[in-house]
Amino acid sequence: MYAPEFEYHRAATVAEAIQLLSSNEDAKLIAGGHSLLPLLKLRLARPSVLVDIGRISELKGITISDGTVRIGALTTHWEIASSHDLEHACGIMAEAAGGIGDTQVRNRGTIGGNVVHADPASDWPTVLTALGAKFNIQGAGGSTRTVEPGDFFVGPLTTTMGEQEVLTSIEAPTLGHHQRAEYAKMAHPASGFAVVGAAVVVTVEGDVCTAARIAVGGLVPVPVRMTSVETALVGKALNQENIAEAASHASNDLQGEILGDFFASAEYRKAMAEVEIRHALFHATEVSHH
Amino acid sequence: MTTRIFGSGIRRREDPRLMTGQAAFTDDIKLLGLLHAAILRSPHAHAKINSIDTSAARAAPGVLAVYTGADTDGVLNPIPCAWLPPDSDIKAVPHPALAVDTVRYVGDGVAVVVAESRYQAEDALELITVDYGVLPSVINPKAAMDPGAPQLHEDAPNNQAFHWVVAGGDADAAFETAAGDPQNHVVVSENIIQQRLIPHAVETRSAIANWQSAMGELTLWSTSQNPHIVRFLCSLVTGVGEHKIRVIATDVGGGFGSKIPMYGDEMVTAFCSMQLRRPVKWTETRSEAYLATTHGRDHVQHVEMAATKDGKITALRVVVHAGMGAYLSTAGPGVPTILHGLMYSGPYDIPNIKGDVYGTFTNTTPVDACRGAGRPEATFLLERMIELLASELDIDPVEMRRRNLIQPFEDGHDVATGVTYDSGNYQGTLDLAMQQLDYPALRQEQAELRSHGQYIGVGVTTYCEICGLGPSQVAGAVGFGGGLWESAIVRFYATGKVNVFIGTSPHGQGEETTFAQIVSDELGVPVEDIEVIHGDTDLTPMGWGTYGSRTTVVGGGAVALSARKIKDKGKALAAHLLEAAEEDIEYEDGKFFVRGSPDQNKTIQDIALMANVAWNMPEGMEPGLEATTFYDPPNFSYPFGAHVAVVSVDPDNGHIVLQRYIAADDCGPQINPVIVEGQVHGGVVHGAGQALWEGVVYDDNGQLLTGSLLDYAVPRAHMVPDMEILSTVTPSPHNPLGVKGIGETGTIASTVTIYNAVLDALKPLGVTKLEMPLTSERVWRAIQQAKGA
Repeated sequence: MYAPEFEYHRAATVAEAIQLLSSNEDAKLIAGGHSLLPLLKLRLARPSVLVDIGRISELKGITISDGTVRIGALTTHWEIASSHDLEHACGIMAEAAGGIGDTQVRNRGTIGGNVVHADPASDWPTVLTALGAKFNIQGAGGSTRTVEPGDFFVGPLTTTMGEQEVLTSIEAPTLGHHQRAEYAKMAHPASGFAVVGAAVVVTVEGDVCTAARIAVGGLVPVPVRMTSVETALVGKALNQENIAEAASHASNDLQGEILGDFFASAEYRKAMAEVEIRHALFHATEVSHH
Repeated sequence: MTTRIFGSGIRRREDPRLMTGQAAFTDDIKLLGLLHAAILRSPHAHAKINSIDTSAARAAPGVLAVYTGADTDGVLNPIPCAWLPPDSDIKAVPHPALAVDTVRYVGDGVAVVVAESRYQAEDALELITVDYGVLPSVINPKAAMDPGAPQLHEDAPNNQAFHWVVAGGDADAAFETAAGDPQNHVVVSENIIQQRLIPHAVETRSAIANWQSAMGELTLWSTSQNPHIVRFLCSLVTGVGEHKIRVIATDVGGGFGSKIPMYGDEMVTAFCSMQLRRPVKWTETRSEAYLATTHGRDHVQHVEMAATKDGKITALRVVVHAGMGAYLSTAGPGVPTILHGLMYSGPYDIPNIKGDVYGTFTNTTPVDACRGAGRPEATFLLERMIELLASELDIDPVEMRRRNLIQPFEDGHDVATGVTYDSGNYQGTLDLAMQQLDYPALRQEQAELRSHGQYIGVGVTTYCEICGLGPSQVAGAVGFGGGLWESAIVRFYATGKVNVFIGTSPHGQGEETTFAQIVSDELGVPVEDIEVIHGDTDLTPMGWGTYGSRTTVVGGGAVALSARKIKDKGKALAAHLLEAAEEDIEYEDGKFFVRGSPDQNKTIQDIALMANVAWNMPEGMEPGLEATTFYDPPNFSYPFGAHVAVVSVDPDNGHIVLQRYIAADDCGPQINPVIVEGQVHGGVVHGAGQALWEGVVYDDNGQLLTGSLLDYAVPRAHMVPDMEILSTVTPSPHNPLGVKGIGETGTIASTVTIYNAVLDALKPLGVTKLEMPLTSERVWRAIQQAKGA
């Protein structure tokens, strides 16, 4: 639990951070440190240079305007969980943030650090996929680009981020009057990480579902959209029978690799995807579980 | 009289320093010139060490020395096992502090680097190259005895460490009778796995060794539950005289049994200091702790129980394969034998009992005590078998227990395993718990919910356990390599303030508070004027340590007896000062007075002053006000109780929610009921951990898969409900305070209580058996399989 030697630089601006990344071959960014420090202490990661972006104020904070929530990459899970404005604008984000790790983790860990680490068991990738979020990325020479989750997450601990790029913020649409969103997860009892997580965003007019975005994570290398479930749901009344019927299509959308370990096998996780989708939809529509 | 301090739930006096970061744990201690050690550990479960190249590590920055087993071999004696049950053909195989030519588990120490900083030591560790010849390994404690299994030790054929037998009555004959008369008898049998646990003290192990060569003295700060035993064993391992060793256990952050043993690592630290003549610190990392600190449980059991058709148990027969790990840990062999097999009768009348316990060597971390130590494993098998009998005979499980409970007794009850319980009223705690539960209402609710496809279950346990270890004569008879008495010094200063020096070594159990309460209660001195000193072998009198729920029972007895000696001396001195006859002096509330004239008095503080200045002592009386007691209890203590768990199980995903937990325990008179409650809380949660979340997983090659807090689920506060804690008071006739231990009862009772509750919930679904921990997937699969069947 003792990190190998590294050089440490603190960047004052994003541009400086990118410059430091460019001039040091195996440099790594460090923000809250919650993903990187354990890897360093286990000596599984050995960057020669750490570029600390933790104090760049332009990367912090939550702003809500024109139907968009913008969250700086350095915003901590705690700040997200405790934001009243966010709770009203996009409650699923506050709720998901509040279920991450424990108090200490939420106090230090950042949404940007979480997303770029791309741990299949973490909650943000699934929630942000269902929300149709956008990732704002800055690169060398002040260039910027915006990527959707589907084009961002490639595999476990792998994204399309370039080595000299910094994730600056995440944007998500605010939820409309007719929209409901929920995140349900089966948490690992040791880590709190998602064994299976399901995020649903549904539009309900009258009692009919007119649109749905559903994603699952935890059991897959990158979040997977549940398009069969979405299709089965749209146009239907959101009652217990229709929700159960729609959720039963989950396996159609889980044809790729399913993760498994000694705690929860792939077969079990696959079966649980349906259950967690159901739980999320029940909660979203306040249909009683039983 | 004001509220009696004995029995008062005052706040723990040790907490302010622990909660504000002012406690001094071993790793907090810094000495001038301190060096830092890091230990290289085997990545293989079983391998020959062909060669070790330490040259690059020796040349690394800041490194003072690198030592391997070749250096320590012959200088350090093997790490001794200190509990060798008699008549068990035990193989006390050599356990070198650093592996010499063979490694036998992942984590076995191979080499040590000493450097100016821990970082430098860790960097240098990576530069050591070891050429291993990997050997086949065996992990399962039963499979270890299979023909053809890889062999760990030359001197232990078939990996058998020992074979210990407990027998009372004639179990074989009783089973024969039952088998021959199925009209009137029933026999149930079950294979039970008590999975391996990791005790998880919050503070990992740490040691600082300071060898003062000019004096030939060794000071060892060590995270120990029993510093005096460490001094004793350290002397055997290092060859330094016991009188030249000082062991200091400062604040210790929990042990749960894992800080009883003598480990090689601490002795290697001492070796380094003696070689380099500088103080050396070694602190275990959390990752290291998973591999190198002892584990617990690890039984494979086959259990049979016979009963008459009217539900009276006639016999119990048990065969246990208990994994000892790669070597015998200090108290390891005593756990599945003395602390387990002797409790096969539990709180029940079972006339015929037989147990065969095979200790086996496996390529795993050594196994020793883990909170409850042997007794949770005994309680589990009894309660499980009674549940199966009840089911087989269609008798209500609570009624089944009532038909077999030992009737209330106040002074001694012999059971078939050969031990004599002290006192008990098992019906009392059961009645209390059932009243709290409202059992009929719960069964009705259960039936109603089942009709809606919802499943709740209830588990009820009655237990008694053996603790307060124990009479030294018995310790000798059962192969414990030491005594089990305790000593305490109560010392008054001229100002009326008091130090209590104790041989036990509390590390979270609150005796700095409760022992002060004992003295305050006996002598009328305010608690604030009493300070309890423990953990430093140069300051404190001899004691055998804190484990087996013995600190208050035995150590507290020594404290009370010392306080009573002070009272006697105070009475004599007061008589002299008041010019009265000693038999006319009465004592109450810290005052000695002449009978009939309470104004003629001397306070205990007056007496302390006069005794310390000694200006006017009666002829022949020594100055000072101080008393020492060496207290050897005449028997163990046997706390008991009834626990109830109510759980719900979601058949969709197998998820279990612990809804209610009732603990009705009897530990005799309670010195501090808040501390008792805290011990029950912690104990119950620990046991719940085993039922629901905790368990070591090794792969077939002996690699630990649950090697971090990300993978090994230690229970968190949000996973358990508010507990309903109740108690009755049945004093033990065997110690001055009448107290029984309470540190482990929760763990002993709760695992099987929760397990039985889950199986009760799943009964209508056809699930009859599950392996612990009861993970969601295991439950879900069992339901799926039962559906398919």
